Amino acid sequence: MARVPVQFTLNGQDRAEFVESGVTLLHALRHTMGDTSPKAGCQQGTCGACTVIVDGELRLSCLTLAETCEGASIETAAGLANEGLLHPLQRAIVDGFAAQCGFCTPGMIMAAKTLLDHTPNPTRDDVVEAISGNICRCTGYEPIIQAVLTAAQSNSQKAG
Amino acid sequence: MSLAVQTFSSVRDASDALESEGIRYLGGGTLVVRAVNEGDVSITGYVRSTAPTLQTIDIAEGRATVGASVTMAAILAHVGLAGLHPVAKAVGGPAVRNMATVGGNLFAPAPYGDFTVGLLALDATVHSSDGDAPIEDFLAARNDRRKPDLVTAVSLDVPSAGVLRFLKVSRVKPRGVSVVTIAAALALDDAGKVSSARIALGCMADRPMRAHVAEQALIGRQLVKEEIREAVAVIGEGTNPVTDPVASAWYRSEVLPVHFSRLLLG
Ligand SMILES: Cc1cc2nc3c(=O)[nH]c(=O)nc-3n(C[C@H](O)[C@H](O)[C@H](O)COP(=O)(O)OP(=O)(O)OC[C@H]3O[C@@H](n4cnc5c(N)ncnc54)[C@H](O)[C@@H]3O)c2cc1C
Ligand code: FES
Ligand code: FES
Repeated sequence: MARVPVQFTLNGQDRAEFVESGVTLLHALRHTMGDTSPKAGCQQGTCGACTVIVDGELRLSCLTLAETCEGASIETAAGLANEGLLHPLQRAIVDGFAAQCGFCTPGMIMAAKTLLDHTPNPTRDDVVEAISGNICRCTGYEPIIQAVLTAAQSNSQKAG
Repeated sequence: MSLAVQTFSSVRDASDALESEGIRYLGGGTLVVRAVNEGDVSITGYVRSTAPTLQTIDIAEGRATVGASVTMAAILAHVGLAGLHPVAKAVGGPAVRNMATVGGNLFAPAPYGDFTVGLLALDATVHSSDGDAPIEDFLAARNDRRKPDLVTAVSLDVPSAGVLRFLKVSRVKPRGVSVVTIAAALALDDAGKVSSARIALGCMADRPMRAHVAEQALIGRQLVKEEIREAVAVIGEGTNPVTDPVASAWYRSEVLPVHFSRLLLG
């Protein structure tokens, strides 16, 4: 089958690779780019485990074709830690026991990051809405919601 | 499995490329890529167009033209389309809304197609590479097994906020698949009586449908419990609801009048 070139930035790094025509961004990230942080859960758009950010917008990488991301800026959970320091969302998830099996966590974090990027001081309802496309089968959601609110608070304390 | 993706800058070229068997238009991909992931081997390739007109929202003299590639998120970001915001917000979660297009929603089978339910109540026109059609005709002619024309846009009179009464009932909160979706565009005269009504239903057939009998029963009535009784009694006329993991056809039929009544009185 034909292979096609795709070029985009992944967590700030320029990447240019050949992928099979028609493959999903999820497949390209995991199998060609070596970024396994987006998880392949349902591949039906339902679980949100594959959630990434494309040009500042939340996307389901299992339903996005790699070729449609030519020239885009892609962010995944693998790019969040900075020089060994966890992102405030990651820190809050760890400290708040908001990950059990961890399968949903990278997608949850990207959904939450998009929220905090646009709404630094969200309400509880904002958080619930922001993660409404992400399923967690372990935590019952409450620790995740609390962790996002905690991360927002620690962000605003730093900013203040 | 790998499939060729053909990208065209012109709508005409994309439309011509759709002629080949097995080639499907790619909007946001939330249904068509999902079908491929699920193993639908009838799909052998994708065609898409990057024509700017497909991405544009244009409002002139009270009429909105919304390109087929406009997403639910783009509708929500447009202040001129505030009357459609409750409808766009009913589609999926945040990531789905960033991907799901207006064009794709026109082809979404039940239990999907919530945005189309709103467009049907608002009497939109569907523009395609082959001409224009009232949305009701477009939906009636939609053949899920035949190659569709390339839809380029929908147009409609800009609804003011609150003109459209809209309700999507789902079991999962805050966002879930529809049990039933109801949209009602009602005009009231000075005495508060209904002078015109367009009511659209989702999940009550394989695609969004009008509730013509209930519309007639509402004309000349005030929106109070005693006067809407007849319309509520006939809201299920002509429906053939879907059965899926979310709800059975029986359940949908049972709850439709309850929710319709709440929508009218709310
Ligand atoms: C997790 C999840 C939740 C969802 N929730 C909802 C919901 O709550 N409500 C709802 O209504 N839908 C929902 N959907 C379904 C879907 O996301 C929407 O209906 C969406 O609007 C479809 O648009 P799309 O651009 O993604 O379609 P695509 O998948 O790109 O296309 C769908 C079909 O339409 C055809 N098509 C697309 N655009 C055109 C065009 N311009 N001309 C001709 N043919 C075209 C394609 O070839 C394909 O056959 C959900 C989907 C997922 C995965
Ligand atoms: S793997 Fe993409 S939503 Fe489940
Ligand atoms: S921690 Fe296991 S699915 Fe969320």
